[in-house]
Amino acid sequence: MKELWELYAAFFRIGLFTFGGGYAMLPMLKRETVEKYHWITEEEILDCYAIGQCTPGVIAVNTATFIGTRRCGVKGAVAATVGVVTPSLIIITLIAAVLQNLMRFEAVVQAFAGIRVAVAALVTVAAAGLIKKGIRDKRGLALFIIVFTAAFFFGVSPVWIVPAAIVLGILLALKGGPAA
Amino acid sequence: MIYLQLFYEFFRAGLLAVGGGLATLPFLRDIAMRRGWFTIAELTDMIAVAESTPGPIGVNTATYVGFRVAGIPGALTATFSLILPAFLIMLAVVTALRHFRENRFVLSVLGVLRPVSVALVAAAVATVVIGVLINTGAIAAHRPAEAVILPAAALYLVLLLVYRKFSGLHPLVLIVVGAVAGLLLPL
Repeated sequence: MKELWELYAAFFRIGLFTFGGGYAMLPMLKRETVEKYHWITEEEILDCYAIGQCTPGVIAVNTATFIGTRRCGVKGAVAATVGVVTPSLIIITLIAAVLQNLMRFEAVVQAFAGIRVAVAALVTVAAAGLIKKGIRDKRGLALFIIVFTAAFFFGVSPVWIVPAAIVLGILLALKGGPAA
Repeated sequence: MIYLQLFYEFFRAGLLAVGGGLATLPFLRDIAMRRGWFTIAELTDMIAVAESTPGPIGVNTATYVGFRVAGIPGALTATFSLILPAFLIMLAVVTALRHFRENRFVLSVLGVLRPVSVALVAAAVATVVIGVLINTGAIAAHRPAEAVILPAAALYLVLLLVYRKFSGLHPLVLIVVGAVAGLLLPL
C-alpha cells in the first residue's frame, strides 16, 4: 500500500512540474524514479521512451504504466498513471471554467487573438522539427506528401490513414522490404 | 449519449495517435470538423492553455475538450478514454513482448508510421496556422485583397524568427508576448 502511494505521489509531482510532456518530462522523471526511489535505471527510462515513441498514446502515460507495472503489477500501473494525469485534470478544469467567463471581457478576447498567433508560431516550429527528424529518405518523403495532401486538401480522417499505414507496414515486412 | 461519444472519440485518438506531443492534434482537428464541439479557433486556445500549463499536451487538451462538452464528468471521461489504450498496450508490451523493438513487423510498421504521423501533424498545424492568419469571412465575401490578416501575419513571422533563433525559449514566454501584442495590435 505504501509503495502504491509513493508511485501515485511521485508521478503526481512529475505531472505537476513538467510543461509540454514528452522529452520535457525526462529530468523530473529521472530525479524521482532513478535518483530518489531507485525504481529503475536511466537506461531503462530511455528504453521506455523508445517504446513510448512507437506505441500509441501519451508518452507520460506509457512511462508511468511501464514503471508502475515493474514495481507493483497492474495496481502499480494504475497508481502511477492516475498520478501523472491528476494535476492536468485539476489545473485544466479550473482554467477552462474560469476562461469561459473571462471571454466576456473585450481585453481577454483581444489577448487571445494574439495568443493564437503565438500558438501558430509554436506549432509551426514543432512541425518543422518533426519533419527534419522524421523524414529521412525518399520513401518517407513520398509518404509525407501523399498523407499531407490527403489530410490537408481532402480532409481524410487520421482514423483511416493510421490503420492504412499499419497495414502497409505489415505488407512491406511480409515482402521482406527494408525494415524502418 | 454524450459520454459514449466522448469515450469513442478519445479512445480512438489515444489508440491511433503515435509519438506523443502534438500527435493528438490531427485527431482533435478531425473531431472539431465532424462533431462541431469546438471551432479551430477554440482548439488553438486549448493548445495555448495546454502548452502553458504543466502536464502532457494530449491529456491537457482532452481534459479541456471534455470539460467544454460535458463539464467535470466530461473532462474525466475524455482524459481516461485517451489514456486507456496506451495503458493497456503498455501493460501488454511490458509483460509479453520483451523484444518488442527487435520484431521485424514492428520495425516495418514504425518505418511507415513515422513519416505518416509527421504528415498528419503538419496538416493539422497548417489548419491551425491558416485559421489564425486567414480571414475566411473576406474570402466568402469575394474580397481576396482582405484575405490575409496582415497584423497577425506580421506578428506570426516575427515570433517564428524569434522562436527559431532562441530555440530554448519556454513556450509560455511566446504565449505571454502574443497576449501583450494582442492587446496592442488590431488583430
